[in-house]
Amino acid sequence: MKTEERKLDLIAKSKRQREWLDERLGSASWAVKGMRYVFPDHWSFLLGEVALFCFVILVATGIYLTLFFRPDSTEVIYHGSYAPLDGQEMSAAYKSVLDLSFNVRMGLLFRQMHHWAANIFVTSIILHQMRVFFTGAFRRPRELNWIIGVTLLILAIGLGFTGYSLPDDLLSGTGLRIAYSVVLGIPFIGPWLAYLLFGGEWPTPATISRLFVFHVMLLPALIIALIGAHLLLIMRQHHADFPGPGKTERNVVGQPAWPSQALKSTGLMLIVFAVIAILGGLVQINPVWAYGPYRAWVVSAPAQPDWYVGWLEGSLRLFPAVEFSITKWFTWPTIFAPSVLVPGLVFLVMYMYPFIEKRFLTHDYAEHNLLDYPYSVPARAGIGMAGFTFGFVLTIAGGNDVLAQVFNISIYEMTWILRVAAIVGPIVVGYAAAKLAEALQREGLGVFRSHQPGLQLRRNAEGGFEEVGEH
Amino acid sequence: MSDAIGQEQRYDNERGARGQRLVLVSFAISMLASAGLIVFYVFSGWTQVEGVLLGLALGGLGIGMIAWSTDVLQIPDHVEDRAELRSSEEARATAESLLDSPGITRRTMLLRLLGGAGGLLAAALVVPALSLGPHPGQSLFRTKWRRGSRVVDADGNLLRPDYIGIKSITTIFPEGHVGSGDSQAVLMRVDPESLQLPPDRKNWTVEGIIAYSKVCTHAGCPVNLYRSQARELLCPCHQSTFNVLDGGQVVFGPAKRPLPQLPLMVDDEGYLAARGDFSGPIGPSFWDIHKND
Repeated sequence: MKTEERKLDLIAKSKRQREWLDERLGSASWAVKGMRYVFPDHWSFLLGEVALFCFVILVATGIYLTLFFRPDSTEVIYHGSYAPLDGQEMSAAYKSVLDLSFNVRMGLLFRQMHHWAANIFVTSIILHQMRVFFTGAFRRPRELNWIIGVTLLILAIGLGFTGYSLPDDLLSGTGLRIAYSVVLGIPFIGPWLAYLLFGGEWPTPATISRLFVFHVMLLPALIIALIGAHLLLIMRQHHADFPGPGKTERNVVGQPAWPSQALKSTGLMLIVFAVIAILGGLVQINPVWAYGPYRAWVVSAPAQPDWYVGWLEGSLRLFPAVEFSITKWFTWPTIFAPSVLVPGLVFLVMYMYPFIEKRFLTHDYAEHNLLDYPYSVPARAGIGMAGFTFGFVLTIAGGNDVLAQVFNISIYEMTWILRVAAIVGPIVVGYAAAKLAEALQREGLGVFRSHQPGLQLRRNAEGGFEEVGEH
Repeated sequence: MSDAIGQEQRYDNERGARGQRLVLVSFAISMLASAGLIVFYVFSGWTQVEGVLLGLALGGLGIGMIAWSTDVLQIPDHVEDRAELRSSEEARATAESLLDSPGITRRTMLLRLLGGAGGLLAAALVVPALSLGPHPGQSLFRTKWRRGSRVVDADGNLLRPDYIGIKSITTIFPEGHVGSGDSQAVLMRVDPESLQLPPDRKNWTVEGIIAYSKVCTHAGCPVNLYRSQARELLCPCHQSTFNVLDGGQVVFGPAKRPLPQLPLMVDDEGYLAARGDFSGPIGPSFWDIHKND
């Protein structure tokens, strides 16, 4: 057969295969729907996709890592290829991480890619959530997807924490010790709950193997289910879009799923993978061999967790000692408020925000498919920036010892500065953001140019400046 | 359904040609990098090169696909009408009547029974979770220290009072329990004259040698920084600071309870030993921590 004929034959064959499938599934009609599905185009809409792609590579590299990692607390003596730790006692889990880093070819690359992907995963979720927040994309009909999104953020933080704690190194082991103490401090159920979760009094041999189940089974299963729900709701409700020519509340304008968006999204996915691969290859992350194996009586300083846990660490560092007893039968532990109440309140406000805004701020119960701009609702801009500032101050407070060293002041002064900043900062920044949003609404971007409308400065030939009149 | 709009926009041939070249170059780079990675894997194991090659292989493919989509295809924007989300009144009414047919919601007794049985089953299924750990009992109130437990350091060496200097702290355990999480303590020597301990602890020190639990009463980190001038112990995790001289009271930070003190003595052979367990439960507080008081 000649090449042309063979080509025609192949095309006919693949068409017959699709017909076979259609007769059984009716696939052609929903393929039409799917391929014509329209994606509005704006760079900020890609942040959620980046998060999704990070999760994909987390699963891929994660499966590879589970083939080598041993969730085993049994103490062994190390005689591996990393000489500085030769002869040291360590858990089999920690040893397996050393081995997969130093002895498995491409093992270190995949481990570092996994860790980088985890950091970028949470980062892109938070950026995506900020985009959704500041553009009002959570408004009716998308409140449910906002709730799923907040849950995904919490699960992602949990996934990250349980993941970086698995190597059983000194740094993450100290973090686990704190987590145990947090559970222990929950009123009424704390001691029992801590014993059930960790299998007894700290340190327990059950910790690593249980964390492993959470990290590779329970949390990923929940996240996959919720990502599915998140995407299903988007497909049902369709994307929101910024206002623009030809765009209305009742239509979607953009690129069709096939072929342009399919190529574009796959391309973006590969680029996300590429960035993570290059970071994983070139930029060292979480060198557990430098921290050493976990020992209950040793601690390193300064010690900071992965960045997205920093705000919880900061909350623990800043919150003043509040502990009181009501008779000998009840004590309010000092650790409870900063580690459970503060994040609990933060997430509660996040969950409730779409309903709080409707009820108390905008009284806007209508359906919205066209997005707001960040300055469209000044109160929202203010609340959003206040929340961001609170999280920012707590996050840097997670490194208050490092900051004190950088600014060369005592750790106690630094702590007091940050305590004040955590209260005053959100109020000042939130108020300023709301005022700026109001001004932007009134005057547009002109608010950045000049306080006297119509006046401009011009640089003259001599290099000086002169005022130019009405423009 | 969607329709293409802006069909009047002509295909930009120059942009298309440029895009095609970019796709070609990107895909070629990707292929070279993939081949390079295979070769490199066989001959060496250098993380940096692996990462860069894998990145080029993935990134080349990605950039090529995006250029293909935007520059080569140049598909004009489509418009898709949004379908109304809410169902018609008719569909709603039908759903309501189906939900209720044939009178299922009117069988209140059966529904209550169903709820009761489901609730009890849920409670019964919680029970296996109780096998996950022991009952706390008194375990949070006790450590391995007993009257006469001899003091050893982290290497298991017995300690005599004259081994202890004034500059540094020593991590100690009860003999036979090196590494014990709740029994770890720190030992240091201070000027006996400077001690301001409560009257009932007057004989808990040996020649100014004093010991406290090493587990911070805030979040449980090991309190291992010692400011020997100020006679303060500092927890590196959240900076709770404890005064060594007055029974481990909190000077600064998020901790509230003082560090429990370990009563010391010298045994018949001249080694440091404990007079008993710590002065109170060690580590972070919990809701019924004072129940034995």
